[in-house]
Amino acid sequence: MSFINYMAREINCKLVYYGPGLCGKTTNLQYIYERTNPDAKGKMISLATETERTLFFDFLPLSLGEIRGFKTRFHLYTVPGQVFYDASRKLILKGVDGVIFVADSQIERTEANLESVENLRTNLAEQGYSLDKLPYVVQYNKRDLPNVASVEELRQMINPTNVPDYEAVARTGVGVFDTLKAVAKLVLTELRKGGT
Amino acid sequence: MINPQMVMYEEEFNQIQAVVDRLVRDANAKVVFIVDKNGQLIAASGDIDNVDTTSLASLTAGNIAATGGMAKLLKENEFATQFHEGEKANIHIQLVGNRVILVVIFDSRSSLGLVRLRVKKASEELNGIFESLLKKVAEPGADSPFAEITDEDIDNLFND
Ligand SMILES: Nc1nc2c(ncn2[C@@H]2O[C@H](COP(=O)(O)OP(=O)(O)OP(=O)(O)O)[C@@H](O)[C@H]2O)c(=O)[nH]1
Ligand SMILES: [Mg+2]
Repeated sequence: MSFINYMAREINCKLVYYGPGLCGKTTNLQYIYERTNPDAKGKMISLATETERTLFFDFLPLSLGEIRGFKTRFHLYTVPGQVFYDASRKLILKGVDGVIFVADSQIERTEANLESVENLRTNLAEQGYSLDKLPYVVQYNKRDLPNVASVEELRQMINPTNVPDYEAVARTGVGVFDTLKAVAKLVLTELRKGGT
Repeated sequence: MINPQMVMYEEEFNQIQAVVDRLVRDANAKVVFIVDKNGQLIAASGDIDNVDTTSLASLTAGNIAATGGMAKLLKENEFATQFHEGEKANIHIQLVGNRVILVVIFDSRSSLGLVRLRVKKASEELNGIFESLLKKVAEPGADSPFAEITDEDIDNLFND
């Protein structure tokens, strides 16, 4: 749910990185955090286990610049990907304006990717959203690894509706900002349509 | 369809800010802030230069969301009030009208009793303000400033 503040002349939008455990959601945020000017970002918060698995969420506030005199601010969240954290994932999705699905390109993660997209769809539907109507992009991550499925295969499985999709190596930053920009654009375009 | 937007206008913002400013004084608080349930900071007052209100806002909303989730599992209504006592700082969290969250941070110069009392009054006032704000937002003709933006405006954001 975007928040337009006429007083502060700013607009706030919420983006959520979704995907199976270890697919690289947190890594996306870490890269964005490292590569953003200090004045355009706030602190990154990670609520994680001792083994650095996301426990509740990661949070990173970013400001992208101004449109028509309004500051555009994006709040980036990741969900915990491990299957048993489903209750927390539902909470993070509340009020979401745009979703990035991060797929793990490794062949052995095929099942996990499919399960996670399905889970995303279900959890959104529970809150009255449809994945098909939400600003939504897909990222095929870990393209640097040897045992990856081809993009065509991944697309067929994970992105049957053909939303914008990007190959990425989140660890080195390949594709990370492309993915972010794509979803941010979709969210702003949605706002133009009126939103209410 | 996207969510109904949360919108804040100058008039209501000033009213909310006045409530928050007064609460800092009346409750002898260090910091008072208001967050919506999605973690967006709406207003803050007090010694805010020394706290990271953006981070606190997101964590507060996460906290309320988590306890709300627990309440649901127990078939309870949401837990409207939370209190955390630290060695120096204490934090009082109040859900207002099931819409926004009022957070008061205070130390030994104040007391839980005083904070509770003042929060109760402030909550009632805030509830009224947010109700009229919601009505205003629902009125037709409340155009988004983004209705007129072009593809170029959007592209320009990313050109640096
Ligand atoms: N080789 C390679 N490793 C990656 C890439 N992206 C992330 N990783 C690694 O994958 C592991 C998991 O990454 P995270 O970002 O923590 O995964 P996550 O999706 O946040 O996982 P959960 O928090 O459990 O949901 C880490 O060791 C990362 O360094 C990539 O593009 N290539
Ligand atoms: Mg993570």
